[in-house]
Amino acid sequence: MLKFSEDHEWMLIEDGIATVGITEHAQNALGDIVFVELPEVGASYAKGDDAAVVESVKAASEVYAPLTGDITAINEDLEGEPGKVNSSPMDDGWFFKMTVSDSSELDGLMDEAGYNEFIAGLE
Amino acid sequence: MSEVSQSDETLLKTPLYDMHVAAGGKMVPFAGYLMPVQYPLGIMKEHTHTREKAGLFDVSHMGQSYMRSVDGSDPAKILEEIMPSALAVLKPGKMRYTVLLNDMGGIEDDLMVTRTFEPEGSLYVVVNAGCKAKDYEILEDRFAGRLALELLEDRALLALQGPKAEAVLAKLAPEVADLNFMEGTMVTLEGVVCWVSRCGYTGEDGYEISVPEEEAPLLAARLLRDDDVEWIGLGARDSLRLEVGLCLSGHDFDASNSPVEAGVTFAIGKKRREAGDFIGSERILAELEGGAEKSLVGILPSGRAPAREGVEIADSEGTIIGRITSGGFGPTYGGPIAMGYVPNAFSAEGTDIQLIIRGKAHPAKVAKTPFVPQRYKRKKL
Repeated sequence: MLKFSEDHEWMLIEDGIATVGITEHAQNALGDIVFVELPEVGASYAKGDDAAVVESVKAASEVYAPLTGDITAINEDLEGEPGKVNSSPMDDGWFFKMTVSDSSELDGLMDEAGYNEFIAGLE
Repeated sequence: MSEVSQSDETLLKTPLYDMHVAAGGKMVPFAGYLMPVQYPLGIMKEHTHTREKAGLFDVSHMGQSYMRSVDGSDPAKILEEIMPSALAVLKPGKMRYTVLLNDMGGIEDDLMVTRTFEPEGSLYVVVNAGCKAKDYEILEDRFAGRLALELLEDRALLALQGPKAEAVLAKLAPEVADLNFMEGTMVTLEGVVCWVSRCGYTGEDGYEISVPEEEAPLLAARLLRDDDVEWIGLGARDSLRLEVGLCLSGHDFDASNSPVEAGVTFAIGKKRREAGDFIGSERILAELEGGAEKSLVGILPSGRAPAREGVEIADSEGTIIGRITSGGFGPTYGGPIAMGYVPNAFSAEGTDIQLIIRGKAHPAKVAKTPFVPQRYKRKKL
């Protein structure tokens, strides 16, 4: 199940684990990404907490935990190759995986069609 | 993720605004103007393009003026009262980087002063966009009845920067190849009389072209027709100047910092030091002699995390000793670079310091600037 937040993050939910990244729209708005700071495996976050930082040449932006849960894995490749977020935001450029503690939080999120409509409305 | 909002109807537009929008420029508020921070190429590629070929920058937001004395004497002699550089000695067509001082010897702004070819020795002066209102007020207050300012608000300013700049501009006017770094002259480009200076703020060879505003779009379009030329936005302008260790007014120094602290002592003329005939000279001469309490230094973070303006600098024990004034990622350098003020005990190259980024201490070292060599076209001796 693929879900999107209004903060331009995507979550791929499989077997109770959400893989989280930022969207194509987000990477395009940020521009050339030069640094990613990831959370620690095992850290717990509530929905909306700052979980990671993504820095473009221009500025730093927070990446929020889109759900409440614990970090189970991080994409260590991004430390050496942050540009993967630009080249493959929805795949190789994922940020972290986390448990889904409260599946009711998924209800407020958008599906892909809904998100595409949402960003079309921003322009 | 968080987003930065941007919209303001009261912002000014340069004569090239429509061209930036048509070129896909992302327009942001800067110093009261809506300016392109980047184009579809992106900051990284725009930066590299400027270092490898030629970048075209709209710097029309900067303040251009002519300055003359009211009584026909040398206006440079008047400016020397508040600027420590040797300006009165400037010959026609020669320009100098200098600083506008306050009574405490602090820097209100940095600027470029050029002697024109006009018989009365008038000066062509370019100041920073964000400081122009303040600068003009200081000059008008202090030199009322002595100095006449003619603001050139009907002129655009284009900067063409990079190793291909000479070849590109010489196609329109071969004589620009004869200018050396920090020289300017009147040149006809596409039938329009322009003031062309061989200078810039990217560390590369290049020119600044002062052009009447109504002619600016056509000249810009002509320059952009060259395959080697691309529009470059403010984002890359900032990373280009930071890599070559050039100060940004209001960030790398403010009205409290002296030229000694800010490391721009090259702007203080030798005879001017001996004479001490400028405001704030007591402090500045004392600092030249015995050193300032703190100084602006280059800083290289050991890791990959950029340290941006405002990040605190700590010693190896964790005591806060200063702050980053400019910092980010250097595309040509290939890593994070920064500048900031530290007490003199920490200003030696190689000194270990720490940068407090989002609450965590990151190791860094004091480093010499420029981070990337400057490549100006100076006169061959």
